[in-house]
Amino acid sequence: MTPGLMATTPGGLLLVLAVVVPVIGILALWLVRWRAIEWVAIATLAINLVVSLATLQAVRASDASLVYLVGGWMPPLGLALRADGIAAVMMVMTGAIVAVTALYARGQFGFDPHGPERRRPMVFWTMLLAITGALNLIFVGEDLFNLYVALELLTFAAVPLVSLDGSRDTLAAALRYLVFALAGSVLYLLGVAVVYGAYGTLDLVVLAEMRGADGALLLAIALMTAGLIAKTALFPLHLWLPPAHAGAPAAASAILSALVVKGSFFLILGLWFDLLPPGLGAIGANGLGMLGAGAVIVGSVLALRQERLKLLVAYSTVAQIGYLFLVFPLATGSEAASPFASLAWTGGVLQLLAHAFAKAAMFMAAGLVYEAIGHDRIAGFKGLGRIAPITVLTMTLASVSLMGLPPSGGFSAKWLMLSAALGEGAWWWAVVILAGGLLAAGYVFRILVPAFSTPEAPAERKYPVAPVRECAALVLAVIAILIGFLPLAPWPLLAIGRIAQVSP
Amino acid sequence: MLDLALDLLITALVIGVALWTIRTRDDFAAIVGFVAYGLLLTLAWARLAAYDVALTEAAIGGGVTGVILLRASVRLKPVTTARTPIGVRVLVGLLCAVISAGLAAVVLLPVSPPPSLAADVRSHLASTGLGNPIAGVLMAYRALDTFLETVVVLLALFGAWSLTPDRAWGGRPGAPIPTASFGPLPLFGRLLIPIGVVIGIYIVWVGADAPGGKFQGATILAAMWILAMMAGLTEAPPIGRWRLRLLLAAGPIVFVAVGVAGIPLAGSFLAYPEALAKPLILLIEVALTLSIAATLGLLVAGPPETAPGTEL
Repeated sequence: MTPGLMATTPGGLLLVLAVVVPVIGILALWLVRWRAIEWVAIATLAINLVVSLATLQAVRASDASLVYLVGGWMPPLGLALRADGIAAVMMVMTGAIVAVTALYARGQFGFDPHGPERRRPMVFWTMLLAITGALNLIFVGEDLFNLYVALELLTFAAVPLVSLDGSRDTLAAALRYLVFALAGSVLYLLGVAVVYGAYGTLDLVVLAEMRGADGALLLAIALMTAGLIAKTALFPLHLWLPPAHAGAPAAASAILSALVVKGSFFLILGLWFDLLPPGLGAIGANGLGMLGAGAVIVGSVLALRQERLKLLVAYSTVAQIGYLFLVFPLATGSEAASPFASLAWTGGVLQLLAHAFAKAAMFMAAGLVYEAIGHDRIAGFKGLGRIAPITVLTMTLASVSLMGLPPSGGFSAKWLMLSAALGEGAWWWAVVILAGGLLAAGYVFRILVPAFSTPEAPAERKYPVAPVRECAALVLAVIAILIGFLPLAPWPLLAIGRIAQVSP
Repeated sequence: MLDLALDLLITALVIGVALWTIRTRDDFAAIVGFVAYGLLLTLAWARLAAYDVALTEAAIGGGVTGVILLRASVRLKPVTTARTPIGVRVLVGLLCAVISAGLAAVVLLPVSPPPSLAADVRSHLASTGLGNPIAGVLMAYRALDTFLETVVVLLALFGAWSLTPDRAWGGRPGAPIPTASFGPLPLFGRLLIPIGVVIGIYIVWVGADAPGGKFQGATILAAMWILAMMAGLTEAPPIGRWRLRLLLAAGPIVFVAVGVAGIPLAGSFLAYPEALAKPLILLIEVALTLSIAATLGLLVAGPPETAPGTEL
């Protein structure tokens, strides 16, 4: 066993806080006075953001993972929490987006501090905190069953958000989501059982040292990957996503599309790059890449055909998830010292980050459009730029990143992946990336062209919108752009503490 | 020889009932099949000497889930489900066959000797004051999982409550049930409930040293509560009531409080000071039993359907 890996490190307690603080927030939410619930939730998310930033700082300062042995029990008997470079980045991304979403959602859902308690605010804030805690655990969990518990938390928190409005259609969408997600859970759990039967441990670090090229491990990874793909909505298991993400209220859609689907993706990354013995994954990685390519093309084409803004944005998520899966063939095929030092690895993480910020901004903007003009039919967007200039600016900036135009996080991500593909002579992936960018330009210009055009009759804003809510969406879009100013090279941060690197 | 025959019989019955449950076209029959399947699985776990799992399967898998399904099916309009297209059925069958074959291969070609943490689990058990290794795993080694699972159960209840019509928020759970104030059910309730409550508490108590524990015991307590509600002996409390919410949250609150106290007192989150380990674990178990029993009972009762203050 590698010394230093299996002991609590200074700052390890931050990882416990990342999981426990949101849970305490949920319990408090149901016990405090009704008028205080928004403040309880916002205070919890503020503390969570500080914890995430402190975690990132601690990982950077020590240039190593943070580790916490829960209860003082060492794996494989006990559970360890561990934050490496990429986990810390994911925690900060999650913390920032949920905190901004909270500002956007404050006062929404019919919240009236002086009236009686209402259903929708209680459910929304509860589930927002639960998603935060569940994602944190997914990022820092190290035990496959502990991660299963995190996935369950995430599912049970995400599904009620879909049907928050309570209409017939959203209930059907939520039910369909639940069926896909639970089928995914069953497959994942089956894989966990196979791993325990074969290795007698579920700890990823211990497993990474014991792993051999045996059938049980391959079967387990195949089962778990299949389950997680259903939860991530990778083509062709994406059918649940568009109605679910488009039917939820805007603040919830932002979280579902930007963050929730990334949780299960993060676990697939861990399985493939930490657990799968090197050299065995080439065929599977190409398979995942092909599904990703299918998602990019099919998702974009379907997005082009949507009449309503929220459905278009939801189909765009299907397409953008596809890019994430190009990491598997590109990082596996790279000639860098380890996959984590490759262009594709950094490109994939950048795509995840840029999409999270841009998509959260886009869904929030879609909600604001709906409030401003009372509908979200793209055909009726003429003159939107005059009615809601900040919202249209938000959509424009987010679109720049989604299309992959410079300077933006989306551009950097696609540029790095493109360079990786061409560097490896895998031109076919490059074609997919370029085609996806063109199609994305097609669907975002369908929104932006009418929004910037002059209407025949002067359009009017139907309802006022608080400037702080418009600014919340704008801030996220600006961050998606700013990510594009990071250096176009592999980040050393993303390779800190990856399991495959530290074990021989 | 007799053992083998018994095992083969249970296996054949499990598979037979599973197939029948999938094949049957009638909702009610399928649910009955599902409950029977749960009970057969209970026998299978008991044959494997996994008594804790057997108890949980009987209580949760067959019991609570069966009741929830029955209540749901009563409320569904009788529908004749259209037959799934043959192509889809073949595809699903093929996928299931592939997964089963893979699992069979893994199980039939075992690593020798199969690795296990059982020895490790036992050797550290003394420091927790527990006698049942399962309790050791749940309350000490993997206490974080147990803590978060109780939060998952609570979230499932909040998820069910999220389906409440807006006007009914804060009201009593479930549709107003016309209750029978005479007849067999109230009598049955009066006779069975005291016995059931004693059994439930006993199962929680012995869980520290023998098969049993809070989840199984809480399910029995919840079942008694549900029986009392169905017999009209008591009503589910309105979901807006603060004391009810405190009861639901009590388990996780005590758990997290003991966990945090472990940081200064025992050097780690969810660690117990050795002298106090057993009493602290019992404290958590008692609080969790109450919370889980209340949560399960309310899950069965379902989301409120009438506005607060307008019940019969």
